[in-house]
Amino acid sequence: MRLARVVGRVWATVKDPLLDGKKLLVIQPIDADGSDRGAPLVALDAVGAGAGETVYWSGRREACFAFDPQAPTDAGITGIVDNIARGES
Amino acid sequence: MILGKIVGEVVSTAKHETHEGIKLLLVRPLDLAARERGAPFVAVDTLGAGIGETVLMTQDGWAAMTAVKRMKAPIDAAVIGIVDSIELSPEAGAGRKS
Amino acid sequence: MILARVVGTVVATRKDPRLEGKKLLILQHVAPGGQAKDAYVVALDTVGAGANETVLCVAGSSARMASGMKDTPVDTAIVGIIDQISLDAETSR
Repeated sequence: MRLARVVGRVWATVKDPLLDGKKLLVIQPIDADGSDRGAPLVALDAVGAGAGETVYWSGRREACFAFDPQAPTDAGITGIVDNIARGES
Repeated sequence: MILGKIVGEVVSTAKHETHEGIKLLLVRPLDLAARERGAPFVAVDTLGAGIGETVLMTQDGWAAMTAVKRMKAPIDAAVIGIVDSIELSPEAGAGRKS
Repeated sequence: MILARVVGTVVATRKDPRLEGKKLLILQHVAPGGQAKDAYVVALDTVGAGANETVLCVAGSSARMASGMKDTPVDTAIVGIIDQISLDAETSR
């Protein structure tokens, strides 16, 4: 899984039926210190995440398992991050 | 598997039900010179690893789910070993662009 | 599958119980001509590979298909030790 920040939302009327009723969010991958890292992507939300929140998400085919029935996505938001305890570095 | 260093512990209350009761670590990949490289992974832990430790991490979903015995869960990275020591031959890293 | 050279070993006392008694080796990816690439992986050894040997390595979930790997949480396994590689003139240049 990776860290990201929710930076947007996507609406699509015409889509795979297995995506119906699910929220598509635009997420920006971030580093441990919160700085942007890499390009934004669209992820399917499994936990009720919202704008500005830090989340962790699963990639690749494992993302399907965040949904029941499994949804056709390669990025699934699987948790909202409360805080990150960090070592000194 | 790759080597990584634990740089944080992730706390999440609102998370996927299959992640309940599992500790989440923030692990940054290491290269063969033990330098941190690239973005950190959020990985599940079953061994009680802590910040600052060097670990063995899998980035394969099946392996990660097997590690925590939760199949068909959205889990794609897991810490599966805490490294005591690493022995490298002198040629290791040759060809690295630095 | 990838070609790699054994460049090191990893010792871990605290590890998944299913890895007990198994050898973990550090492999550096190599081109078919033997040139080292800028990538490494830690793999479980199932064939008794040793330092500096060039090995055949299977990655991803297929690693669990290797002997004795069923239900072991690893993603990379060494499944062969390379004796020889022959390349056409174009590739070996």
